[in-house]
Amino acid sequence: MDDGRIKRHPILEFKEGRKVHFMFDGKELEGYEGEPIACALHAAGVRVLRESPGLKRPRGFFCAIGNCSSCLMTVDGRPNVRVCVEKLREGMNVTTQKGKGVLLADN
Amino acid sequence: MSSLLTTEICVVGAGPAGLNAAMSARDMGAHVTLVDSGVSLGGQLVKQTHKFFGSRGQFAGVRGIDIAKLLSDEVSRDPLIEVMCESQVVGFYQDGTLAIERDNSLRFLRPERVICATGASEKMLSFPNNDLPGVYGAGAAQTLMNVYGVRPGNRVLMIGAGNIGLIVSYQLLQAGVEVAAVLEAMPQVGGYDVHARKIKRAGIPILTSHTIKEAHGTRLVEGATVWAVDNEFKPIPGSERYLEVDTICLAVGLTPLTELLWQADCRMGYVPELGGYTPLRNENYETTRPGVFVAGDLAGIEEASSAMIEGVVAGLSAARSLGYETDDFKERISMAKTELKVLRQGPTGLKVRQGIAKVMALREGGEGI
Repeated sequence: MDDGRIKRHPILEFKEGRKVHFMFDGKELEGYEGEPIACALHAAGVRVLRESPGLKRPRGFFCAIGNCSSCLMTVDGRPNVRVCVEKLREGMNVTTQKGKGVLLADN
Repeated sequence: MSSLLTTEICVVGAGPAGLNAAMSARDMGAHVTLVDSGVSLGGQLVKQTHKFFGSRGQFAGVRGIDIAKLLSDEVSRDPLIEVMCESQVVGFYQDGTLAIERDNSLRFLRPERVICATGASEKMLSFPNNDLPGVYGAGAAQTLMNVYGVRPGNRVLMIGAGNIGLIVSYQLLQAGVEVAAVLEAMPQVGGYDVHARKIKRAGIPILTSHTIKEAHGTRLVEGATVWAVDNEFKPIPGSERYLEVDTICLAVGLTPLTELLWQADCRMGYVPELGGYTPLRNENYETTRPGVFVAGDLAGIEEASSAMIEGVVAGLSAARSLGYETDDFKERISMAKTELKVLRQGPTGLKVRQGIAKVMALREGGEGI
């Protein structure tokens, strides 16, 4: 699907899920359903996931186990989503999170 | 608040330790609820494509990914074990109730015993620009490529020549990623020679007595400057060299994931030999809070093989403390303890032995926090 995916591997065979489309900062990207959002982004060449609250430094993937908070993004309006463990679904709207994110109250 | 669920033994974490704890407690007849935050069981075994050395022939020569499958298949079809995946234990209340987050909602479980097997997280290293995207935990890079089939980068600098650094470097090559070099601050390689030789045969330099000076880049890692260190780990000015890499992997050790144990008010001790703060536990892996057991990397950083056996000890002990008894209980638990001793003998086990001795001394001395 793109350059970030491993095509051949001596040991592993990757079972890819259904191909889905999602939005990243207004741009349409593809990924596989059920893989972590961060993996789909990484495969598409997106490595900057948020901007730190204080010094506005770029931040990316780091621990892959939902532990470190480096990869927090806004997904479908919900801030602080750990995209290294959040599954990708068709039609998701993923945006680079700037700062701490704003929680919208449920009505 | 939703209704309170109950169980006899809750095992938190379904990696090598947790899976074995669940199965061993089940063997004694106990009802187990196994909770894990991951999509599937197996913990970090699911990305270990290398073959295990194993202990006493158990799983020796089998790849971690296959061990994960064997164990999780057995656990999944057992009526005594209830499995809750994609569920994260986020709270450990004073009365022993656990708060479990799943699908953005909380549920509450009151177990009679808890076995914590939450594992570890990768340590960070201080250097300028260590927060740039492209600086990844080595285990994280391993997950990206071995579980999801995505290359972590095109050209990688690996920091740390312990087993994780060496194994992940080799697996990066298998995934078609270039490895520029493997750095090691110690004067010698920390991991097994068999892993180091594979790296050297592939023509990748292992630079011992070397560390990273800084990462370069504004939005992403574009390179790294490395330099030599002396016997006291002090950098040697003038020894700098620049490596063009887009990814820097950190394999500088693990630290136990102890959050729940702090909440549970288990007494903890700072034991660097075991990775940092670790629970003060007895030889049956019970913490200072009665009824709360530990196993695996959480109880001190070791290897998957020892984690599996610690899981057996904790699982058997927790079930026994509930009154369950089997004819082979004594034999099984003493055999498991012997296996742990065997795994930890020799020079490679020295650090772990020293760490465990500290844990026991702190515990008996009523120390720790």
